[in-house]
Amino acid sequence: MSAAKGAPDLVLKATAITRRFGGLVAVNKVDFEIPRGMIAAIIGPNGAGKTTFFNVVAGIYAPTEGHIEINGKRLISPPTGASREPALLLVPLIPFIGLALYFLLVVGGLAGFYEGVLSVVLALLGFVSVLLLTIVRPLWYVRFIKRFGITRPARPNDMVEAGLARTFQNIRLYKSMTVLENILVGAHVHLRSGFLGTIFQTRRTRDEEASVERESRELLAFVGLAGTENEIATSLPYGKQRLLEIARALAGKPQLLLLDEPAAGMNPKETAEMTALIRRIRDEKNITILLIEHDMRVVMGISDRITVLDHGEKIAEGQPAEIRSNPKVIEAYLGRGAASGH
Amino acid sequence: MATATGTVRTERVRGQFFLPAVITGFLALMLGLLGFEQFLNAMTLGAIYALIALGYTMVYGIIELINFAHGDVFMVATFVSIAVSTTLLGQTGAVLDIPTLIISLIVLFTVTIVVMALVGALIERLAYRPLRNAPKLAPLITAIGVSFILQNIIQFFVGPYITNVPQLFSTQWAFTIGESRVPLLNLFVIGSALFLMVVLQLFISRTKTGRAMRTTAMDRDASSLMGVDINRTIMITFLIGSGLAGAAGVIHGLYYGNTTFTLGFQSGLKAFTAAVLGGIGNTAGAALGGFLIAFVEVGAAAFGFGRWGGAIVFSLLVVFLIFRPTGLLGSSTGDRA
Amino acid sequence: MSTLTARFAPLRARSNAYFAQHRSLGVLVAVITIGVALPLISRIPPFGDLQSMNAWVNAFTIAGIYALLAVGLNVVIGFAGLLDLGYAAFFALGGYTYAIVASPFFDIHLPFWPMLIVGALIGAMFGIFLGAPTLRLRGDYLAIVTLGFGEIVPIVLLNADPFTGGTNGLGGVDKPVIPGILEFTLINPWPFYVLMMVMIALVMTVVFRLQDSRIGRAWDAVREDELAAESSGVNTVISKLQAFAVGAAIAGFVGVFNAAKLTIVAPDQFKFVVSISAVAAVVLGGMGNPVGVAVGAFVIYLVQSIFLKQLNTLVDNFNIPVLQEIDFLEFQYVLYGIVLVLMMLKRPQGIFPAKRRIRIFKDTVGGAK
Repeated sequence: MSAAKGAPDLVLKATAITRRFGGLVAVNKVDFEIPRGMIAAIIGPNGAGKTTFFNVVAGIYAPTEGHIEINGKRLISPPTGASREPALLLVPLIPFIGLALYFLLVVGGLAGFYEGVLSVVLALLGFVSVLLLTIVRPLWYVRFIKRFGITRPARPNDMVEAGLARTFQNIRLYKSMTVLENILVGAHVHLRSGFLGTIFQTRRTRDEEASVERESRELLAFVGLAGTENEIATSLPYGKQRLLEIARALAGKPQLLLLDEPAAGMNPKETAEMTALIRRIRDEKNITILLIEHDMRVVMGISDRITVLDHGEKIAEGQPAEIRSNPKVIEAYLGRGAASGH
Repeated sequence: MATATGTVRTERVRGQFFLPAVITGFLALMLGLLGFEQFLNAMTLGAIYALIALGYTMVYGIIELINFAHGDVFMVATFVSIAVSTTLLGQTGAVLDIPTLIISLIVLFTVTIVVMALVGALIERLAYRPLRNAPKLAPLITAIGVSFILQNIIQFFVGPYITNVPQLFSTQWAFTIGESRVPLLNLFVIGSALFLMVVLQLFISRTKTGRAMRTTAMDRDASSLMGVDINRTIMITFLIGSGLAGAAGVIHGLYYGNTTFTLGFQSGLKAFTAAVLGGIGNTAGAALGGFLIAFVEVGAAAFGFGRWGGAIVFSLLVVFLIFRPTGLLGSSTGDRA
Repeated sequence: MSTLTARFAPLRARSNAYFAQHRSLGVLVAVITIGVALPLISRIPPFGDLQSMNAWVNAFTIAGIYALLAVGLNVVIGFAGLLDLGYAAFFALGGYTYAIVASPFFDIHLPFWPMLIVGALIGAMFGIFLGAPTLRLRGDYLAIVTLGFGEIVPIVLLNADPFTGGTNGLGGVDKPVIPGILEFTLINPWPFYVLMMVMIALVMTVVFRLQDSRIGRAWDAVREDELAAESSGVNTVISKLQAFAVGAAIAGFVGVFNAAKLTIVAPDQFKFVVSISAVAAVVLGGMGNPVGVAVGAFVIYLVQSIFLKQLNTLVDNFNIPVLQEIDFLEFQYVLYGIVLVLMMLKRPQGIFPAKRRIRIFKDTVGGAK
């Protein structure tokens, strides 16, 4: 299960990820891994498949081929055995249906009718509860059906639970909610209070709420948004909305943070602050970071390692200095003529 | 390359024959199951559902709105047709003079269709256009509101009673095929509905406006950039959809001979089911779905489940939405789910 | 003077902080105030002349039913952003649940109080039952499926005569009894009124607490941006199911009260109009604001059942022939339509838009202790 002895401690290990959309191959057999504590960047021209790769890692798109491990646990592989799942689900229903048939057909008559109706209702309830499993898809269920050769890739919320958090290229905040509430949603996976705890406001629920609120305020201070707690998220200026989105992702206490163009649309001063923040997240919170970025100053300035994608394929990987002088990269960015003329 | 073209061609050929074969088989089965009279009844009912379903499917295809008020547009049409035929002929029974009958039918259809088309376009202009960029629930809620307003306008002016519609066709007129009697009215109803559907298909596939409608359904922004007047196209969609509901209203009146202000809700829901069954956004599918629903309903009644007819149709709707939301034929405008 | 203010300032800060932490107490205070004020207001001349005190109290009780339905539906529409057009079905299920086990029909007579909870649970169960297969659908399809469900339930109730009494429904439903203390009667509207106020306080407290919890924040997040919510770790399916279940539970809860109050349940009481009136109340009051939607429902009910009725008698007195012909009660349905259209076009956020809750830094409160 876990990495072999002597091998680096990998937070993310993506093996031969391919994702097709119809005939288009957006990501083609990309291998990618990040050791703990690294700031890694993925760059590439527009349409190189960076965001698609991100979305596969985050659980939004299932990969066509390949699989992804987080902290050594394989969470995402292509879905298989789709046709087997309904058959498997019918198994627990057999007794209910048998009962209904027995009463309706064998016992028969009015006596059989009432029990028969009752059994049909039971069968329906059984059906819905089984259906619920396929929709809600709890982890134990996913593990269970794996024994029958049915794999279901983890969904974004499962990935968050596994220690991954992300931001979006075009900021996606909860628009009408306050800054603080945005962050509290980010902490959702770490909260346990259920219906009864909430309705009766048990001590545990209250303690949990108090502590998550305190942590959220600390996070706000960490990214430099202290004092804006009760403002509506979208009333913040653009640069601060980006910070808020990062704070929201941090609230999930991730081990790996995916940042999709964190410095897009920012002025030089804001970009410098963002760079410093990303470094602080790694240094102070020990969070491994994977970012996509177009701004080369940011990428070259903070990345320990840069991976270059072009046409869905990995064409280069290495330290910033290596990437800067790699002819394949220059060609990808500037075209063949520029590379040869260089 | 050659093989690829070959496959496409075989598929196309198969597609061309597959559907008609299935439909013919289905119709033959139904004819055997239901008997001729019920079969004819189902076909007529199907024609009405199909005409209403077209309105749902066209509007949904173009602005992704379930136009709740559409069933009530149909209901209003039945009352407009009453008004037209009584002003035209007085409160008479069957028109026995054939030329008069033809002329009054033409006038009746034209006036009702035009009036309803205008009503539909007016609703679009006043209630839906201001909400074009609002969150999706907003126009849906508005449509429900419009539906209630239409119902109550009719209830206010006509009253909550079942109203009789003048019968222009004499029940005497009928053909005899073997032992069965085929009233001229049924033939006329089915024929005129099919005629309208064919005209619609031609309009959508052949005219410039039809093309604009299809491109707008596919990608509104892109077609706007290509010079399509979006507002005008949507307006025309509403005009046509409501006009067809107008025709369905006339036909309903002629065939069933009565109407009431709550007619639109049930018929509308069934027609919507038809649209979903056929693949919402797909005009041919909507027509097909209309007939299918009618057969389900008439069939249920024929086998003694008449009281459950509505429940069966809605269950069908739920089942389809859950397991095959693209419908039987799939959407011609592509799946945007 | 200033010393006085200064002396009260810490007290005020503390009471503010106290109410911020204990919103349920605020609900209690508000419900008691309103519960006492309503009957008093109904004595003031323009209202007092319309009908007797008991008739007013009775009307307020029924208005309370509609208010609670709106509050429940608001959880689904306003919090989670799902349009449910078949809400009356859950109301019906609650009512029938109680009527079946507390009427002469099967000659079973279970007590009222535990059945309130059972009704809520049955409602929640059917909410999940309906939600499980449908919540994957897009919003507008969901609306249609719930509408279909709202249609199917009355048809089933109508046709399953051996269990539901068919068209006539189930009559002679038991009224609540507090053994040895109080028996509810049809003549005295006060016990039902007080019970309704207690139920409002309960439901409001529960709804507020849920809104402020991780569950409620997840609803908000799903409504605002489903993909972002998923990427924040919210299981959107569970979250939507929870909203559906809570909404349905409230409807079932109120359904039991309704059955006991009217002492009869029949399929006619649960038509589409009931669902729409609840939607109209939510839209009028302001989606997402529990107090707003309750007020919206209250206003709609009072206007349609009191104001329009009075308009009839008023017009009769004036002897204007044209107006006398009109039955203004028929306007109640057009009222829903107009409310829906006008609100969506002119003020989609409702009369009382939902406000985000301001959170006071609790650590300072802790420090002040």
